[in-house]
Amino acid sequence: MSDETKVDLELDLKGLLCPLPMVKVSQNINNVPVGGIIRAVATDPGAMADIPAWAQSTGNEVVSADKQGSEFVFLVKRVK
Amino acid sequence: MDENGKKSLAMVVMSGDFDKLTGAFIIANGAAAMGMDVTMFFTFWGLRALKKNVRTGSTFFGKMVGLMYGGGIEKSHPSKFAFGGMGRWMFNKMMKSHGVQSLSEMRDLAVQLGVSLYACQMSMDVMEIPQETFIDGVQDPVGVGFFLLKAQNADIQLFI
Repeated sequence: MSDETKVDLELDLKGLLCPLPMVKVSQNINNVPVGGIIRAVATDPGAMADIPAWAQSTGNEVVSADKQGSEFVFLVKRVK
Repeated sequence: MDENGKKSLAMVVMSGDFDKLTGAFIIANGAAAMGMDVTMFFTFWGLRALKKNVRTGSTFFGKMVGLMYGGGIEKSHPSKFAFGGMGRWMFNKMMKSHGVQSLSEMRDLAVQLGVSLYACQMSMDVMEIPQETFIDGVQDPVGVGFFLLKAQNADIQLFI
């Protein structure tokens, strides 16, 4: 299903540690239109907790968060 | 909640230790990324975190402080394993090899993310550390009353 989602922006967060994955998503969320999707790939396992917490705090939405091997792939939707 | 209806964090940074400053800036930058208004109030040893790498002091004792505790954020030692500078070198190497930012990069990011950095006027006077020794992006000095008002209205208050 996530293969069919239109991605507006790809973010490479590999190698970044706390709090940078969250910071980079936050710095880039306004680069996609409302309703737009950021696909972010991180390697920090902490991002699995942090990105959803960021979304909850800022009122955005994590459409999916998948562990794929050693990587964590997020689809983040800009809600407002 | 602050006056803009945003959640807010008010933090006192008393420590000038490398490890505690690292924690303070990671929390501040995380909070700013989460859309919070962040106030950091630097006092006593914490003032070093705002300084450029310069000597300070006008009186004899002030110059002593400047000599013993001079320099900027990059001169801070860890609270454990200081070993006369070896500890700082080791932790910097370890953090770099794991892809963690340096303290001065974290501080630059804080300024960039709109974190409000305030120095305590009284500490500045006592330690003889004037505003012109601070990096760009530091607000004009304030007192504890200003901080307490921020803390009263903040959702999170921290002391580091």
